[in-house]
Amino acid sequence: MNHEEAEHFAQHVRRYLYVFYALLFGTLITVGASYIPFGNRELNIGVALLIALGKASLVGCYFMHLVSERKMIYGILGVTAFFFLGLMFLTIASFSDLPRNSVTH
Amino acid sequence: MDIPYTVEARPDTGLYNAKVGIWLFLASEVMLFGALFSAYILLRVGATGDLWPHGWLNIPIGTFNTLVLITSSITTVMAWASLKMNQFGRFKFFHACTILLSLAFVCVKSYEYHDKFTHYEIHLTDGRIADGHLVKSTPEQVIIHGRFVEDRKELFDLRAQGASHTHEEITLPRAQIKTMENYGPWHHTYLAVYFTLTGLHALHVIGGALVIGFLWGPGSKLWRQDPDRFTNRVEISGLFWHFVDLVWIFLFPVLYLL
Repeated sequence: MNHEEAEHFAQHVRRYLYVFYALLFGTLITVGASYIPFGNRELNIGVALLIALGKASLVGCYFMHLVSERKMIYGILGVTAFFFLGLMFLTIASFSDLPRNSVTH
Repeated sequence: MDIPYTVEARPDTGLYNAKVGIWLFLASEVMLFGALFSAYILLRVGATGDLWPHGWLNIPIGTFNTLVLITSSITTVMAWASLKMNQFGRFKFFHACTILLSLAFVCVKSYEYHDKFTHYEIHLTDGRIADGHLVKSTPEQVIIHGRFVEDRKELFDLRAQGASHTHEEITLPRAQIKTMENYGPWHHTYLAVYFTLTGLHALHVIGGALVIGFLWGPGSKLWRQDPDRFTNRVEISGLFWHFVDLVWIFLFPVLYLL
């Protein structure tokens, strides 16, 4: 391995460490935020999921190298995201059909 | 016969085959966990508000396990980077750390499961409810470490109550017990979701740890014969491991905190 390559990977390692610190911080923020009453539970859920989404993005982009992947991978992920969001859309859309208080135990 | 494109990129995809394969597999995994999350959302929205539990899981333990998985993610990626930098010894060290961290995660999860399976809600003939952890069970009596409640609803929001209630050792004669059920998946919809999601996730952790263990042990012989191919194998196992971490990042707040 030449000097340039070694420097290139040393930069990568530094970046991984920053991401690691950010993930640790994000975890503590997630726990801390769950103790703050934002007014209603839905808002607390939203904040927690937003932080989780941020952490997941860091893992995906840097640890899974999605910031610099080939088009083929983005294509696979695009199709997955389409179907996943479709599933969530159908789930939320079916709220109005769901009898309230039907899950009692 | 040699398997094609294990190292060099296929001209049409620009990737070696295993990488396309693992991403297709991860896509199917996203839909698997997505379907279970969807079930969780519907069950929770349809649940009676004051009968959905809060604080049934130990947050410090869950936080610790989250930190364990995050740390295992960095050790996995460092193991791969070490191979890229031609440092096999460092790879061995980082991958050993990943294996130990995965074992720690599974041990903590097992402790949490054991805690639930030894936790009982006991309805008595006089209408009272005793709730606590089993200390001793004989044909004549049951001893638990817990408390009495008048209304079952008192058992559901433990977070709001904090540590305000005190636990003591309670001896209950069998003749006074109407029903007795532990906090297994059958006890409540929330626990059914909890055990399904975390159980499936734990199976992924065990499966990933087995693969990483193989690459750390006997599988590492490939490094001497074909280092590029071995590095790619480590990258593939790492991608799976990061996905397992990613799923937990969502499971933790959803099950432990909300």
